[in-house]
Amino acid sequence: MNTQSNVMNESFDSQRIAPVSMSATRPMYWSMRRELWESRSIYVAPLAVAGVALFGFSLSSIAGIWEKPLRLNPAQPQAPYDMAAGLMMLTGIVVSVFYCLDALHSERRDRSILFWKSLPVSDVTTVLAKACIPLVILPLLTFAITVAMQWLMLLLSSAVLLVSGLSVATLWTKLSFLRMSWLLLYHVLTAHALWPAPIYCWLLLVSGWPRRATFLWAALPLVAIAGVEQIAFHTWHFAAMVGSRLMGAAPTVASTSTDMFPTDPMTHIAPDHFLSSPGLWIGLALAAVFLAAAVRLRRYREPI
Amino acid sequence: MACIDARGLRKAFGTTIALDGVDLRVEEGRILGLIGPNGAGKTTALNAILGLTPYQGELRVLGRDPWTERDQLMRDVCFIADVAVLPRWIRVSQALDYVAGVHPRFDRAKAEGFLAKTTIRCGSRVRELSKGMVTQLHLALVMAIDARLLVLDEPTLGLDILYRKQFYDSLLNDYFDRNRTIVVATHQVEEVQHVLTDLMFINRGRIVFARSMEELESRYLEVIVHPEKVAAARALKPMHERQAIGRSILLFDLKFDLKLDRVANQKLDRQQLAALGDVRTPSIADLFVAVMGNQAGQAQGAAR
Repeated sequence: MNTQSNVMNESFDSQRIAPVSMSATRPMYWSMRRELWESRSIYVAPLAVAGVALFGFSLSSIAGIWEKPLRLNPAQPQAPYDMAAGLMMLTGIVVSVFYCLDALHSERRDRSILFWKSLPVSDVTTVLAKACIPLVILPLLTFAITVAMQWLMLLLSSAVLLVSGLSVATLWTKLSFLRMSWLLLYHVLTAHALWPAPIYCWLLLVSGWPRRATFLWAALPLVAIAGVEQIAFHTWHFAAMVGSRLMGAAPTVASTSTDMFPTDPMTHIAPDHFLSSPGLWIGLALAAVFLAAAVRLRRYREPI
Repeated sequence: MACIDARGLRKAFGTTIALDGVDLRVEEGRILGLIGPNGAGKTTALNAILGLTPYQGELRVLGRDPWTERDQLMRDVCFIADVAVLPRWIRVSQALDYVAGVHPRFDRAKAEGFLAKTTIRCGSRVRELSKGMVTQLHLALVMAIDARLLVLDEPTLGLDILYRKQFYDSLLNDYFDRNRTIVVATHQVEEVQHVLTDLMFINRGRIVFARSMEELESRYLEVIVHPEKVAAARALKPMHERQAIGRSILLFDLKFDLKLDRVANQKLDRQQLAALGDVRTPSIADLFVAVMGNQAGQAQGAAR
């Protein structure tokens, strides 16, 4: 009897799972997966916009068969590609803003914070995973979708040219695609990730704070500061600064051109100029402060 | 080492005192029922144990400070809250993926085995499941984690009788062993009566009653008194008296000493009480009413 129960105990012990050794990155990876499951708009919205834009471009290209001189030999073959990239960046900004405003709010609203907190994932990991969405995932996604879209546009134009019996060569030589893609990657990672980081981190922080109306709480302090500045000094520096951060008007290129996107192959990028600008580092420091506050806030937060 | 060790645990929300110096010690391998009226401090106490809320006083759970080491602690602690806290957007398969991804002690095959016994399909989203099924899913996730402490806060609230019965049955048969500890807070005292090894009543932020179930059975006796012997029975100073179907039911603490007029060594004996009527072990519910009734009486006495 005794031996039997011993045997049973042993078999039971052997059944106990040896804890899987876990690298520190695994909770981070799965926390980011979780964000993509929860907020499908992160990739659905850019894909939908790209689809609509491609549809518009294909209509325009097909119309081009009948209006050859106007559409197939434009002065700037670059233009529709720049427009497409600009559209995708704008989509990325809108998605980021809405994502951040909901990031730490929705888990409190649906009480699932109690479930997430019952698992061995720290608040730091959770908040960093959420911050990675607008700061890493969305810029890279914007880049990938834009490049794919531009290739499809190029193929479409080439097909139309072939059907019309014109030479494809001029189009392909005028556009330097690799250079364009490289510039785009540089631009999204600097102007749309590092530069607006304080804005996104501020929105993330605010999403973990009020019970409702996160947008109001996020916008009111900014509007108030801008208002005080206007009344006191009759200037709009603060509003202009917030706007430039959000829209990605960063000092990433050497020239002082007003072009928002350095997609012109002749542009000289200036990473050293960007990396040495105090604005970047002040912004990143501010972003870190906001993130630290968001982590601290999440520790104390309970379901709404 | 005690599984949970709290000394002088205090917590106030503004002027409302939720925990007023709770001392609590739960050894390993016990199933503790934490029972109290609404607003007694049950959930606050559990939240403190789970590291969801800051507190004053000393608290160690499995040797750790829950507030500062929550993410580490959650490797060994599982938690099911009073209402469904699984996010409504998550798919069953995603929930399995996520917990398997972040939890080093999760056995996915085991969880799938539990789910196979239910009607839950892997592709379903939580929002498509009934309340009972969500609880089944959560229980399957939790039971597949090789944890040392399981905390349940009103786990069967709002479930029908079948699910409720099933819940505790699977917990006892498929999960509990002498290496694990379970703490359950509930109002449904009758369904945990035969599950518990220990019982605690909490009222106004204080533990007012703490006994093991063995002690409960040996120490408390309910007597359905013969009508002609009511006066004699009352002379023995019962803790509580109630009427049911025309009979007086008196609850006695066998350790009550009539001469000293307080609880001391066992003075009343079963034989003596059995002569007064039919004796039985009181249900937790009756004991709860008796203890809480006396509490209220004392409080009123103190007020005068």
